[in-house]
Amino acid sequence: MFRLANPNRFMHWSGKLLPWCAVSTALLLAIGTWLALFVAPADYQQGEAVRIMYVHVPAAWMASFVYAVMAISSAVALIWRHPVADIAARESAPLGAGFTLLCLVSGSLWGEPMWGTWWVWDARLTSVLVLFFLYLGYIALVNAFDEPTRGARAGAILALVGAVNLPIIKFSVDWWNTLHQPASVFRIGGPTIDPAMLWPLLIMAVGFTFFYVTLLLVRMRSALMAAKLRALRLQQSLAA
Amino acid sequence: MDEIEHFLTMGGYARFVWPAFGLAVLVMGGLAIESLVTYRKRQRELAAAEHRRR
Repeated sequence: MFRLANPNRFMHWSGKLLPWCAVSTALLLAIGTWLALFVAPADYQQGEAVRIMYVHVPAAWMASFVYAVMAISSAVALIWRHPVADIAARESAPLGAGFTLLCLVSGSLWGEPMWGTWWVWDARLTSVLVLFFLYLGYIALVNAFDEPTRGARAGAILALVGAVNLPIIKFSVDWWNTLHQPASVFRIGGPTIDPAMLWPLLIMAVGFTFFYVTLLLVRMRSALMAAKLRALRLQQSLAA
Repeated sequence: MDEIEHFLTMGGYARFVWPAFGLAVLVMGGLAIESLVTYRKRQRELAAAEHRRR
């Protein structure tokens, strides 16, 4: 795995993988959106408002998943000083922040007609809001240092400390009395959601995951190219 | 006709459903465009820098 993560090797295999990821993303999101808007049934209680779920739930899963990737990459970067792991964490942050924002706003848009309120300070909603601020704090911290390696170290420590929020988000609906409904897909005893809604949801979720992987590869390649540019410019200025 | 109207009004939930999907397009589209524009820019800069070195 470490051989694959050598910057030159990374550029090589990610370049080959990228077109496949991009095409898969486009297909999955197109099929998922079509299923979510045209094929999936209306809910007997929620009516057509249930369609918000096909955006909200994948966005919520990605919000946590991307943070987990960020925390693991940060640990690898701290322990082995691996530059590609650093870049993976740093380039994940804006994507994760985007998913978290989408999760919060789409949840709010569902809450108003269904719960009768845009927002409540219950454990699930509050812990996801904290996740959003963790992403923003990480981005601000990483960019706050003149020397990139120091920013990366500080960011990695913040990402790891913030990871304590992930189990809180996951189990908030079990540990506290929340307005937010408990898990209905990843639960002991299997999903409680009807297959006619589960399939569109899963396809959307896989589409969101491919979207993240594709953009992460693009952004990491950009960052590695920027690093190479800096090295070239330094060489030129030393030679001159 | 009725089906199209029902779809557009989302059974009365249009003002909640459409903004949710609209924001998804905005956020994910925005991230995709920003990432790709930066990518192309880096590719051009790197090609130019390597050309100069030769």
